[in-house]
Amino acid sequence: MTPRSEGLGGVELVNVTKRFVTPTGAAMTAIRDINLTVEPGQFCAIVGPTGCGKSTTLTLAAGLEMPSAGTVKVSGKLVDGITKGASFVFQTDALLPWKPVVDNVALGPLFKGVAKKESLAKAMDWLQTVGLSGFEHHYPHQLSGGMRKRVSLAAALINNPSILLMDEPFSALDVQTRAIMANELLTLWDRQRPSVIFVTHDLEEAIGLADKVVVITAGPGTVKAVFDIDLPRPRGAVQDIRFDKRFLELYQQIWGALREEVEQTYSRSAIAAKAIGGRG
Amino acid sequence: MSALTMTAVRETASDEASLSAQAKARFKRYKQLVLLGQIAIFLVIVVGWQVSALTGFIDPFFFGSPWGICVRLFTWARDGTAYGSFWLQIWVTLEESILGFIVGVTSGVFFGVLLGEVPYLAEVVGPYIKIVNALPRIVLGSIFVMWLGLGLPSKVLLAAVLVFFVVFFNAFQGVRSVDRNLISNARILGASRLQVVRHVVFPSAMTWIIASLHVALGFSIIGAIVGEFLGSQRGLGLVIATAQNTFDANGVFGAMLVIGALALSAEWLMSKVEKRLLAWQPGNTRDSNIQGV
Repeated sequence: MTPRSEGLGGVELVNVTKRFVTPTGAAMTAIRDINLTVEPGQFCAIVGPTGCGKSTTLTLAAGLEMPSAGTVKVSGKLVDGITKGASFVFQTDALLPWKPVVDNVALGPLFKGVAKKESLAKAMDWLQTVGLSGFEHHYPHQLSGGMRKRVSLAAALINNPSILLMDEPFSALDVQTRAIMANELLTLWDRQRPSVIFVTHDLEEAIGLADKVVVITAGPGTVKAVFDIDLPRPRGAVQDIRFDKRFLELYQQIWGALREEVEQTYSRSAIAAKAIGGRG
Repeated sequence: MSALTMTAVRETASDEASLSAQAKARFKRYKQLVLLGQIAIFLVIVVGWQVSALTGFIDPFFFGSPWGICVRLFTWARDGTAYGSFWLQIWVTLEESILGFIVGVTSGVFFGVLLGEVPYLAEVVGPYIKIVNALPRIVLGSIFVMWLGLGLPSKVLLAAVLVFFVVFFNAFQGVRSVDRNLISNARILGASRLQVVRHVVFPSAMTWIIASLHVALGFSIIGAIVGEFLGSQRGLGLVIATAQNTFDANGVFGAMLVIGALALSAEWLMSKVEKRLLAWQPGNTRDSNIQGV
C-alpha cells in the first residue's frame, strides 16, 4: 500500500536540513530535520516566528533550492529540479510590470508551449473567474493590491497545479482586503483541490483556512507541533468563523505552542540589537 | 434636509471648479513667465555678443559674431565647402553617428545581458573591461584611423566603442538587479532559461538600457566628430578642423551650432522613443502632471 502522500500533489519532507553558505564562506542553518507530510488536496498552513525558515521550506518544495540533507518528495517523486505541477504565490506580486494583466496570466501556458492565442483565451477565462473582467489590458500598477493578488492567483492556478505554494501571500494587504482574499482563495481551492502549503504570520488566517497547522520553532527551524483543524467545510466567511467556539480553542492551543518561539526570537533579536548598539 | 445637503454639495462643487480654474490660470501664467525668461536670456547673449563685436569690446576675429556665424552658415549652404556640399558633411557625420550608435548599442546590450546572466564570465573578464574602460577612449580614435583609414569605418568604430561602454554597464547592472522573485516565478511556471531571459530579464533590464541611450546618443555624435577631427576627408569634424586652421572663428561656431541642432533633434527623437517603450511605467504620467501649482 502506498502512503497517501505519494498521490498527485502530496508532499513529503523527511529529515530535511537546509544550510546556506554566505559569500564569505560562513554557513547558516535555515531549517533542521524537518519532517512534514501534506496529503493530496490538503490545505496545510505553516506558522512560525520571523526568520525560522518557513519560506525556505517552500522553496525546497518548489525545487528552487535543494536540501543539504534529507529528502523532499512531491507527488511521490524526489525533487531534483523545478517541481512539476507546482505554482507559487509570493508575498510581493511576481507580476511582470511591463505586461498587461492578461499577458501576465497567460505566461503559464505560454511557457508550457501552448499557442499564444489559446493561452490568452485561457487567461481571459481565468480573469473572469477571479472577477477581473474588464481589467485585462490594464498594467499591474494600475490595479489595487487586492486586484493584483487576484491576478497572481489566476496566474498561479491557470496551469492547474497539483500543489500550490503560498509565501505570506496576503500579508501586504490591508485587513479587510485580506479577509476577502482568504474567502476567495478557499473558493478557488475548492474548484481544483490542489494541495496547498500556506506560509503565514497570522495564526487566525492559518486556522481559518487550513486543514492542518504546522508550528515551526525559532530558527534554525524544525517542526514543533502539528495541529489538525477539524472545523467543518465549507467554512464560510473567514471573518465569522473566528468567533466559533472550536476556533477559539484551537487558537489558544496553537498560540500556546507558538508563543514560546516568538518570544525566543524576539529576545534574541533584542540581544543582537543591543550588541550592535553597544558597539556603536 | 436633502435639499440642504444638495446645496451644500453644489457649493463645494462650484468651489472646486473655481479653484481648479484659478490653478489653471496660475499655471498658464507661470509657463508664460518661464518662456519669457528663456527668451530674455537668449536675447541678452546674442544681442550682447553682437553689440560687443560691433563696438570692438571683443575682437570679432577671435570671437566671431552672431551675424558673422549666420553669414558663414549661409555661404556654406549656398556654395558648399572645399570638400563637397555642406549638406554632404552633415550627412556623413550623421551616418557615422547612427551606425556607431547602432553597433555600440547592439553589442553593449548583447554583452551586458550575457555577462549579467553568466556570473563566471563576468568575474573572468571583469578586470579587463575595467582596464579598457579606464583608458581615455578618445585616443583610441588615432589607432582606429591608422588601422581603418580616413573613411567611414574608423569613425563608426570610435563612436561604437564610446557607446558600447555606457550601454554595456547599464545592461549589465540592469540584468543583475532583476527581481529574483520574478525569475523564480517564471521558472516555476515552466520557463526555460532562454524564456526567462526573453520574458523577464531582458525587458526588466530595458529600463536601465533605455536610461543609458540618452548619454549613448551624445557619445555617438562625439565619437564621429572626434574621429573626423583626427583624420578624415569629410564630415563636420573636418569642417571644424579646417575652420580652426584658418582662424575662422565664425566657421567653428557655425559648425558647432549645426552639431548642437543635430544633437538636440536626436535627443528629442530619443525622448519620443523612450516614452513609447516605457509606456507601462507608473511614473510616466509625471511629466504631464501640472507642476508648480
